[in-house]
Amino acid sequence: MARLENRLGKQTVTFTSRPRIHCSYTIVGPSEGNGPHALEFQEILQDDMLHQKTPEQAERLMLEMAIEKALAAGQLKADDLHFFVAGDLLNQIITSTFAARSCGVPFLGVYGACSTFLEAMGLAGVLLQGGFATRVLVATASHYQTAERQFRYPLELNVQHTETNQHTVTGAAAAVISHEGDGPSLTHATFGTVVDWGMKNVFDMGSAMAPAAFNTIKQHLEDTGRNLEDYDLILTGDLGRQGSKMLRILLQKENYTGLDRLEDGGAQIYSHRQKIGAGGSGTACVAVMTLGYLLNKLKTGRIRRALVIATGALLSTVSAAQGESIPCIAHAISLEG
Amino acid sequence: MQYLIAFVTGGLICALAQIILDTTNLKAAHILVALVCLGALLNGVGLYEPFQKFAGAGALVPVLGFGSSITKGMLAEAERLGWEGLFTGAFEITGLGLAASVVFSSLTALLRQPKK
Amino acid sequence: MQPEEYQQLVLHNSPRRPLVKNAIMAFLTGGLFCLLGQVFLDIATIIERTEMEAAAVTLAAMILVGTILTGLGVYDEIAEIGGAGAAVPITGFANTVTSAAMEFRREGFLTGMGSKIFIIAGPVIVYGILSGFIVALTKALLTGLL
Repeated sequence: MARLENRLGKQTVTFTSRPRIHCSYTIVGPSEGNGPHALEFQEILQDDMLHQKTPEQAERLMLEMAIEKALAAGQLKADDLHFFVAGDLLNQIITSTFAARSCGVPFLGVYGACSTFLEAMGLAGVLLQGGFATRVLVATASHYQTAERQFRYPLELNVQHTETNQHTVTGAAAAVISHEGDGPSLTHATFGTVVDWGMKNVFDMGSAMAPAAFNTIKQHLEDTGRNLEDYDLILTGDLGRQGSKMLRILLQKENYTGLDRLEDGGAQIYSHRQKIGAGGSGTACVAVMTLGYLLNKLKTGRIRRALVIATGALLSTVSAAQGESIPCIAHAISLEG
Repeated sequence: MQYLIAFVTGGLICALAQIILDTTNLKAAHILVALVCLGALLNGVGLYEPFQKFAGAGALVPVLGFGSSITKGMLAEAERLGWEGLFTGAFEITGLGLAASVVFSSLTALLRQPKK
Repeated sequence: MQPEEYQQLVLHNSPRRPLVKNAIMAFLTGGLFCLLGQVFLDIATIIERTEMEAAAVTLAAMILVGTILTGLGVYDEIAEIGGAGAAVPITGFANTVTSAAMEFRREGFLTGMGSKIFIIAGPVIVYGILSGFIVALTKALLTGLL
């Protein structure tokens, strides 16, 4: 007989055992290091190639570094971990699989485009709540050059970017979720359904993802019986300026209040001066903003309760080339300091 | 004077392409293909030659000129060789540029890394 | 909300493109490349015996310019400002070839660069030949050349 004491409503699971972010580490590239939140990240790289021959190797190395330093911060070794849940943007998630190779922990590869990190964190919560693990490592990395090559164009190609274009964040983040320590705890996770409202413009992912964020937020509030005002901060991962605008419109149309608490990681990670379109994207965006910016706020008590919503555009270069629309997803996790 | 005409003609073609890019859903690739085909067509109906006499590089440099050069080469070689010429002529004028692009691009790839 | 309604909402709430500024920058950028091309054409016309050779040399010279600017990492920045003014001239064609060569060389010279060097330029070459062929064939048959 299925025990459902861990479920709430349609799409939410509860973590009554209070799994926590025990230790973590964030690394960002030079561009992000020039942004307004530079001080929130633990390490800023001077060279985004890390002396590697290919950007794929650099991305992998960044992820390995983040994992190594996150474990060191918690005085843990790979042996102390039960699961390693990770994913990234590259085909067949090779950044994560290759990093898992050096990790030596049972590996669960996941993919949710830019929502991957919250998917991983949510799953870690589930594993801990269900008594299937005592420590779970979650991590991700992304890199501007690898994403451009795979999804878009050769770096030196003549392309005139528009205002809705987003810029993949170069960065990596890792965290160990367990019941130890006094880090912020995960209280709820609302896993999203795939939402597709027919958007086809690959140069405006923000507008494509906004409906998914809207759906998940709506469901989360319904399932938990909360309002937006119950959160001190609501951080979307990388809707960007355009996507955030569309999310607000959708929320306003359904008379939600408390929109002043909404912030977007992608829109904030770069400054206007850096001329980076609608903002940052990539799996690392929500990861570094959550483990850097948000975590700092929770740890210092500046905020008590936050909702993070990571969104992902689940297209591929093939689906886009074949004229398909962009299905999107959003996962939400509630954190309490 | 010829310089001014080349500048203005070439500029106008590019400006028109830009407006199409900004107001329609067409991508750069669509416009470039359309231009190359247009160049081929204009050469066939005899409008390209006078246009190039007038605009000089303003007609040749935009990818329009590439399309026209293919047609022109094909016709010239067809006249000389018959049926085969229709095919060999494709690269009569453009061959120099195409081969050069491969050679120099490969050399560049050897010497330079892409940067952000 | 229905998808169609949302799509309309996005259309009305998308940032406006600076049409006039873009058109002017495209005009200036494209014009300058053509100006440079005219210089080459004048020199080539003096050096070469026929018109066709002069055209060939001019195209090749402009391709070289595009390749060099791409190799220096400058062409994409010109394109950011000039848009179609960088894409439409034959230098843009050169840029597509060179940028692909530089990018995919990381996957190896043989299977990387070798296979993908024309990945962006391909359509221009293919449809140039196809349309040229159709036009030339038609004209040749109509004028009794063939």
